[in-house]
Amino acid sequence: MRAYLLRHVQVLLASLGQLARMPGSTLMSVGVIGITLALPGLLYLLVANAERVSSEWHGGTQVSLFLRGTVDSGQAQTLAAQLAKRADVDRVRVVSSEQALSEFKELSGFGEALDALPANPLPSLLVVIPEPQYEQPETLQRMVLELQSLPAVELAQLDMEWVQRLHVILKLTRRALIVLSVLLALAVLLIVSNTIRLAIVNRRAEIEIIQLIGGTDQFIRRPFLYSGMLQGFLGAGVAIMLIALCLHLLRPPIQVLANLYGSGFRVAGLSALESLTVLAIGMGLGWLASRWSADRHLRRMQPS
Amino acid sequence: MIRFSQVSKRYPNGYEALKRISFTLEREKMAFLVGHSGAGKSTLLKLITLVERSTHGQIVVNSKNLVKLPRRQIPYFRREVGVIFQDHKLLHDRTIFDNVALPLVVSGVGHRETGRRVRAALDKVGLLGKERLFPVTLSGGEQQRVGIARAVVNRPPLLLADEPTGNLDAQLSDEIMDLFYQFNQYGVTVIIATHERRHIQRLNKPVLELKDGRLVSDGAPHG
Repeated sequence: MRAYLLRHVQVLLASLGQLARMPGSTLMSVGVIGITLALPGLLYLLVANAERVSSEWHGGTQVSLFLRGTVDSGQAQTLAAQLAKRADVDRVRVVSSEQALSEFKELSGFGEALDALPANPLPSLLVVIPEPQYEQPETLQRMVLELQSLPAVELAQLDMEWVQRLHVILKLTRRALIVLSVLLALAVLLIVSNTIRLAIVNRRAEIEIIQLIGGTDQFIRRPFLYSGMLQGFLGAGVAIMLIALCLHLLRPPIQVLANLYGSGFRVAGLSALESLTVLAIGMGLGWLASRWSADRHLRRMQPS
Repeated sequence: MIRFSQVSKRYPNGYEALKRISFTLEREKMAFLVGHSGAGKSTLLKLITLVERSTHGQIVVNSKNLVKLPRRQIPYFRREVGVIFQDHKLLHDRTIFDNVALPLVVSGVGHRETGRRVRAALDKVGLLGKERLFPVTLSGGEQQRVGIARAVVNRPPLLLADEPTGNLDAQLSDEIMDLFYQFNQYGVTVIIATHERRHIQRLNKPVLELKDGRLVSDGAPHG
């Protein structure tokens, strides 16, 4: 058993040495594998981060009640307190017409134009956030109708469409991620199997000699399997570094964006487990490709 | 040791290299395989090492029926046959030691045992002390000796040599032939394909003579 392991270590080192002896083509294929694996990795992080953001939104459903102009802020507060007692309501936020105006001034840039108006044109607003268990479309619909019928309410508007859209988009992106990953995994398989094919052709004479003195196919293909696995492993390492580099470049602008929305959101990179997974996938693909390529070419190769 | 009965070999292009060959070579015997080029010498040797498969007839080597030997078993069978090539077939990016050790590495012999057997084989062919050199630094005769050391390091019961003295001068080729003679004295069965009648007369061993794929002489020592 020890001798067996020792031989594998020897073959592993020999494969490393062989990769090191042709650094040009090794770097090239490792680089291509790295870029190929980095693409789905980045898309995965995009989806994971987007899902993290959207889950902060508590389902994201809210009902906006625009109150009639005749309702003053005191009445608005009272109404809010009443609504908050409803079983299907979690909490109610009051945006008085004054608050709404100053917020609008700040964000719209129409500050001076608004100052010119004789009176505040904006109504008071109650933002009703439903209890999570009432977030099904039918119950929400009933709730909106009830709220709409209140005398103080001018308009009740259900704000959930964009959240639903976001969820659909994320679902679609997830699907795209799977399709893209499969395609790019195929690309990695082709890259590795091609470099292995070249290595086999380059060492044809040596392979023939080993076949003639009684080397089994397993013995002959072993260094190629290690070589493929190493290329996959190194390529995955490059992918992890590329992903880290991209995140490093994207983090500051995303932070600025998150701050604008008043969110404490921070972009998450690959966790240790996810990095290990990328390495394992790289190695697995390398092994698979070299096994496939070696078997195909060794079967055809017979000593002459 | 080797028994051919009614063996024919037809290549896919229709060329019939061997026609109904039958002969027997007993254990621990030595024989020369002669014939003009294209007579089928190489094909016959390739059938014994299973590089080619016969299209007709039975071949038994080392009590194994080669016609029925599955592909997976071929490597293990080849370990019982030492082969020496005219062009040596050495690995030029490896040292003499590594070249000779290759058959042992392939069959998974331990490290210490490998070193011992490689040195013994190199000692037999007179190259002890050159283990660390690379094949290119050796002369043609010396490279052929490395090839012989590699063929015998596994101590196979059968040795095949295809024109082993093809590119060597008379004195060197006599030395190589004497080596084969010695191995035969130790009990190894030997077949040497050659076109040099001189060796045949000198060593006085039986001759298998091929002519256009047919065996025209099987065994009697030439005068």
